[in-house]
Amino acid sequence: MEAAAATARAIRVRGVTPGWAVAAVAFLAVALVVGVVAGPVHIGVGDVLRSLGEKLGIPGVTSPLDATQESIVWDLRVPRVLLAGLVGGMLAIAGATYQGVFHNPLADPYLLGVAAGAGLGATLSIAYLPDALAGRHVLPVAAFAGASIAVVLAYAIGRAAGRERDAATLVLAGVTVASFFTALQTFVQQQNADTLQEVTSWILGSLPNTGWSDVVALTPYVLVATAVIVAMRRVVDVLSLGDLEAASLGVDVRRTRLTLVVAATVGTAAAVAVCGLIAFVGIIVPHAIRLVAGTSYRGLLPLSFVVGAGFLILADVVARTALAPAEVPIGVITALFGAPFFAFVLRTRGGRA
Amino acid sequence: MTAIGLHGVTVELGGRAVVDRVSASVERGEWVALIGPNGAGKTTLLRAIAGLLPHDGRVSLFGRDAATLDRRERARLLAVVPQTPETPPWLTVAEYVLMGRTPHLGPLAREGAADRDAAWHALERLELEELAERQLGTLSGGERQRAVVARALAQEASIVLLDEPTAALDIGHQQQALELLDGLRERQGLTLVAAMHDLTLAAQYADRVLLLSRGRIVADGTPGEVLTEDALAEHYGATVRVVTVDDRLAVLPTRG
Repeated sequence: MEAAAATARAIRVRGVTPGWAVAAVAFLAVALVVGVVAGPVHIGVGDVLRSLGEKLGIPGVTSPLDATQESIVWDLRVPRVLLAGLVGGMLAIAGATYQGVFHNPLADPYLLGVAAGAGLGATLSIAYLPDALAGRHVLPVAAFAGASIAVVLAYAIGRAAGRERDAATLVLAGVTVASFFTALQTFVQQQNADTLQEVTSWILGSLPNTGWSDVVALTPYVLVATAVIVAMRRVVDVLSLGDLEAASLGVDVRRTRLTLVVAATVGTAAAVAVCGLIAFVGIIVPHAIRLVAGTSYRGLLPLSFVVGAGFLILADVVARTALAPAEVPIGVITALFGAPFFAFVLRTRGGRA
Repeated sequence: MTAIGLHGVTVELGGRAVVDRVSASVERGEWVALIGPNGAGKTTLLRAIAGLLPHDGRVSLFGRDAATLDRRERARLLAVVPQTPETPPWLTVAEYVLMGRTPHLGPLAREGAADRDAAWHALERLELEELAERQLGTLSGGERQRAVVARALAQEASIVLLDEPTAALDIGHQQQALELLDGLRERQGLTLVAAMHDLTLAAQYADRVLLLSRGRIVADGTPGEVLTEDALAEHYGATVRVVTVDDRLAVLPTRG
């Protein structure tokens, strides 16, 4: 018995090691606090916590905030921070999933045409729908529909063409569909020059100040997508051995890949529909984790969600405070700060990857 | 008992029969070397046996029609060591070997103590205990090859198909790897089918040799029966001498 226990211990799988789990959760916690506290109206951490205590009905705790401050915290900042967390986590875990499923370190969640499809949907709704209908209600639906159509198309083309080199064919099909949709989108945009500003700002990505409605709308997509991916994380490692070897280990490669791609894509499309195209999160977060923690997908996938959430919350803080009261598009911030940080990680830790 | 039965197995790729009506059987515990010139269809035949390619004809494993087995059942009977295995550099040896347990697990399951034990025994047999925590990217070619074999053993399949198992190894490591496989075959009753380019090694280790040429089996027998100077001239276009050294054959290339 003792020997068996000893051997079981000797085979160690670096899932999420406690050290990295604590570090990632601490990072997210700091980001949450900074996200709620930062802003033009100063509200201290302690006051926010006491207000939270009152909301949770902890006896003897009363909120020190006045009605305006309460509203700023609970109707503006908290939902926005949660939205940033959901979107950042979703994009990061989807990016890591795509990298594993397509054996491609440069894969990001927009690989199969999500971005181009959502862009076309959004542009069409901005350009052609009457003002009363357009705006915040129809645009996300149009973007989500465009993203879904693009990916279904890419999958159909890739499947029809590819047999043995399934993954590579899918990527090519995705690139093809993306180019086509981008061309359509550019054409529509050129025909409707008056909408240029609005379309461009949507494409660069921004978090809307819509209170809880977007958080409520997005949460189920992100929860389901993330749950599916995390539940399948062991198989993602097996897929990284390539299609033939995964199949020789008894994995139904196509069905597994389809399930993972659908989960990652639905979550991404929902995030994109709400926030536009936020660049770079899906690539930089998983790679930074891999370079620093050097882990398998089993650990990488859950860590990506937590760190991605924290990263986008902080990026949003910069986006809304740097040039306050104006907002910098968050996609600009993620790339502007993400790229140098990633270059630094690559330079210092690249040898271990 | 027959471990592998092939009945008219045909694989067409690009309109050409790369494997052409191959029929043969492999007994349990046998070591069969699959030889043949480049492009003869050795890799394709191994993939067809493993169910990784669509094919005509019938493959049976221990008397069961392989087409009726689902992927995981098949992977519990048969393990594959590919010619150029994918070894993601960030995985540790232990994590990699543990992947051999995949056919024993459902898609959402986690490895249990039994799986860890099986993986550890595979590591022990390949003398990789010291390297368990090392990442694959830091291993030498020979160490990596042992890790790949360990993964196949962790699978606990009684048939192991090997595609050029010694291609990446120097002469000493080639012998070590083949001795090790031979030892495993004896102790665990493994059935081995190995595509081999080195005809001397094939002659030294295999019980039986199948010579594949243009997708067809053109000779099937003991090394002495198959590895003749005439056959090698005809199918490889090679000028060789087949000599006997210490009661075993060796194939020497010569210049005319």
